[in-house]
Amino acid sequence: MGELKRIIYNCQQATFLIDKRMEGKITFRERIELRIHLIQCDVCKLYIKQSEKINEMIKSLLKTPTGLEILLDDTFKDELQVKIDTQLNKN
Amino acid sequence: MIIPPTDHQLEPKNWVKAYADYLYMYAITRINDEEQAQDLVQETFLAGLQAMGRFAGKSSERTWLTAILKNKIIDVYRKRSSGLKTQELTNAEGEVTNFFDEADGHWNKQNAPQHFGLDDYDPLQGKEFNHILKKCMEKLPALWLAVFTMKHLDDEPTDTVCADLKISASNYWVIIHRAKLNLRACLQKTWM
Repeated sequence: MGELKRIIYNCQQATFLIDKRMEGKITFRERIELRIHLIQCDVCKLYIKQSEKINEMIKSLLKTPTGLEILLDDTFKDELQVKIDTQLNKN
Repeated sequence: MIIPPTDHQLEPKNWVKAYADYLYMYAITRINDEEQAQDLVQETFLAGLQAMGRFAGKSSERTWLTAILKNKIIDVYRKRSSGLKTQELTNAEGEVTNFFDEADGHWNKQNAPQHFGLDDYDPLQGKEFNHILKKCMEKLPALWLAVFTMKHLDDEPTDTVCADLKISASNYWVIIHRAKLNLRACLQKTWM
């Protein structure tokens, strides 16, 4: 099977290129091959949409503060202050 | 107009009061472990005290301390994933591997993408599915999660992620792909 033919029928390779393309890092040749694959593959087209959506979700999950501020335990802070003061007095 | 001082000063006596909560929050969003995050804040301050002589005053105190913490977080990522070093690209534990037909690379029917709630979901509008995403992300191997966190939370370029986590560029792309396949499948399964 030729190189081109492999990608045309290969969803594994196509989805690999889809995820890579999202960062704009595929070659011209890969781009063409992917386009040809997508002409006849609706499942991979759906994969593109979902994969993009997942990136958005991850970003929004990671970047949104949880709502409640997570604060460091006060006792731990006090102990930490003591440690720092001790170090400072040594010098 | 206030002209910012060109030389920043370090005042370690105020570090806990001024930065402990900020640094703790920074750590916990990246490593998701309260106890370890606490330890890292402490280590950051202590390392900062040791390194005070090397502070050039070019960045703010907070930026400087955050940079120290960031290096420590990357160390954690490395440690967490070092067990995977040799096998990171063989199958990770719990990983679904049979997405595609071995012979022709076609989607296997039971793992192929289908339409589900994700398609009409607006992540900027609702957060009600965040818990599903969180659950699914927790199932990913440590190294993969580290890659995602660096990429999406810190918008680190690929080169930086690879250098920091000591992975090759080609492994990086394989990890991104596999992580995405697994996350997508997990979301589809849990969401429907």
